[in-house]
Amino acid sequence: MSNVDLTVQIGPLKLRNPIMLASGTVGYGNEISEFTDLNKLGAIVTKSLSLKPRKGNPPQRITETPAGMLNAIGLTNVGVEVFLKEKIPFLKKFDVPLICNIAAGTIEEYVECTKILTDEETIKAFEINVSCPNVSEGGLEFGNDVRAVGRITEKVRTVTSKPIIIKLSPNVSYISNFAKAAKENGADAVSAINTLVGTSFNIVTRKPKIKNITGGLSGPAIKPVALAKVLEISRKVEIPIIGIGGIMEWKDVIEFMIAGSSAVQIGTLNFIDPSAPGKIITQLEDYCSKAGISKISSLTASYILE
Amino acid sequence: MKIIDAPIKEHLELDHNIYLLKVFAPEITTIIKPGQFLNIRVSDNIFPLLRRPFSVCDVQGDNLYLMFNIMGQGTNILAHKPLESNIDILGPLGNGFNLKGNYDTAVIVAGGLGAAPFPFFTRAVQDKKEILTFIGGRTFHDVIKYGMKNIKVATDDGSEGFKGNVVQLLNENVALFKSKNVKFFACGPTPMLKALKTFCIDNEFECEASTECAMACGFGICQGCPIESTQNPEKYLLVCKDGPVFNMKDIVI
Repeated sequence: MSNVDLTVQIGPLKLRNPIMLASGTVGYGNEISEFTDLNKLGAIVTKSLSLKPRKGNPPQRITETPAGMLNAIGLTNVGVEVFLKEKIPFLKKFDVPLICNIAAGTIEEYVECTKILTDEETIKAFEINVSCPNVSEGGLEFGNDVRAVGRITEKVRTVTSKPIIIKLSPNVSYISNFAKAAKENGADAVSAINTLVGTSFNIVTRKPKIKNITGGLSGPAIKPVALAKVLEISRKVEIPIIGIGGIMEWKDVIEFMIAGSSAVQIGTLNFIDPSAPGKIITQLEDYCSKAGISKISSLTASYILE
Repeated sequence: MKIIDAPIKEHLELDHNIYLLKVFAPEITTIIKPGQFLNIRVSDNIFPLLRRPFSVCDVQGDNLYLMFNIMGQGTNILAHKPLESNIDILGPLGNGFNLKGNYDTAVIVAGGLGAAPFPFFTRAVQDKKEILTFIGGRTFHDVIKYGMKNIKVATDDGSEGFKGNVVQLLNENVALFKSKNVKFFACGPTPMLKALKTFCIDNEFECEASTECAMACGFGICQGCPIESTQNPEKYLLVCKDGPVFNMKDIVI
């Protein structure tokens, strides 16, 4: 038996380990539960939920790029009501903290969604998506506006006492300004980064490969950018950070923690190897044990820059 | 649905750059049905990053066969992997063809590499139903007959069989179909499926089609592969999970 303490703290939220599954890469948990024991995970974050169901963008929604992929799904989701009625009963069966990701087109919609969901005891925290690059209203318009991020955080704070995590966009000059606005308006943590805006063309047809023209870039290609953004927030703002961006193996998790993350989210990797998150947890424990790290949380922001 | 490492047993090259890969995978061969697919990771590298979807071309004993042409880096790696090296298979995925039902003759309509699922289909159906196969291609180079029987060919340039597209050839044979109790099973490019849908609706023939779409996961979590539904315009179906085989009347093509 290893005596490594894998628990981490995200503001008031205690997780059994730092491995969370990222929004939009686990649906509502049912498909991935066939490959990974949800009860072993730190937390899972739902697909973005909006007040009403959203159909999402027409195909083609996905294309592969070097060491990454572009997606423009367009926040397809069942809406909060169907979520509570049809998806929560399945998720209730598991002993894993459930974090609801919320996407909206207006500040009022963020507030309304959170209000409807906050009394559901299975939900342990909210992740507010102010950074989806693939919808015409809301999304990046908010994510690019530091005052809007502050206002959304402030308003959502008034309707829930559960932890609030603001998911930040990397498509800005100084991400730490946004983390600061989130903190000052009552957020408990930030997650960074959402996808980077990108595109790709078919050289024969001269058309974009993605119908939406641009999509969000994810996968190992964005890991260095994500690490730099996490480090920037860590150096400038005192707030727990959930690191996201191209994690493919346990070493990447350690790297994100050193750069300032208290926990991480695994995203694109779930599409390639949905059994990977469980394996990574075991490997992290082995590594810490061998390296003499008794508390994994001691790695957070342990960078040595000089 | 499982993830397995399966060793490559044989590389076969059919005519015209069509490759056939024989893979030992008893965990899959015992449960897979014609029309279902596999999502395959060709290497552990991060480029190519994603799995590639392949329909299962044939199943013989403990071995399965994949048919493909070299389209890019993923298929290039696959075509040159050494014997006995493993490929990482996620599957079986999606819904296959509904072979049951009130029909006596299965009419296969395949365009180009759309032939891929039909050797397995033919093997599964041939003892129970009559099979008529119609294959279309731009030229004779695109006509893949591997593993199929009772074949009629249409080529756009007339280099083999009927000159014209495969749906025009079906129209030539409509009296034959009307004299039998038929059900159509199709796979091929979108223009072919579009024309076939019109043909089947006009003649009141039942038709199932295997569709394709760029996707990442293959089992419903990435939401990358939507297809428009005729039943509910508010909600897309997913090619990977609700398909890839659909009754033609349920989807907008």
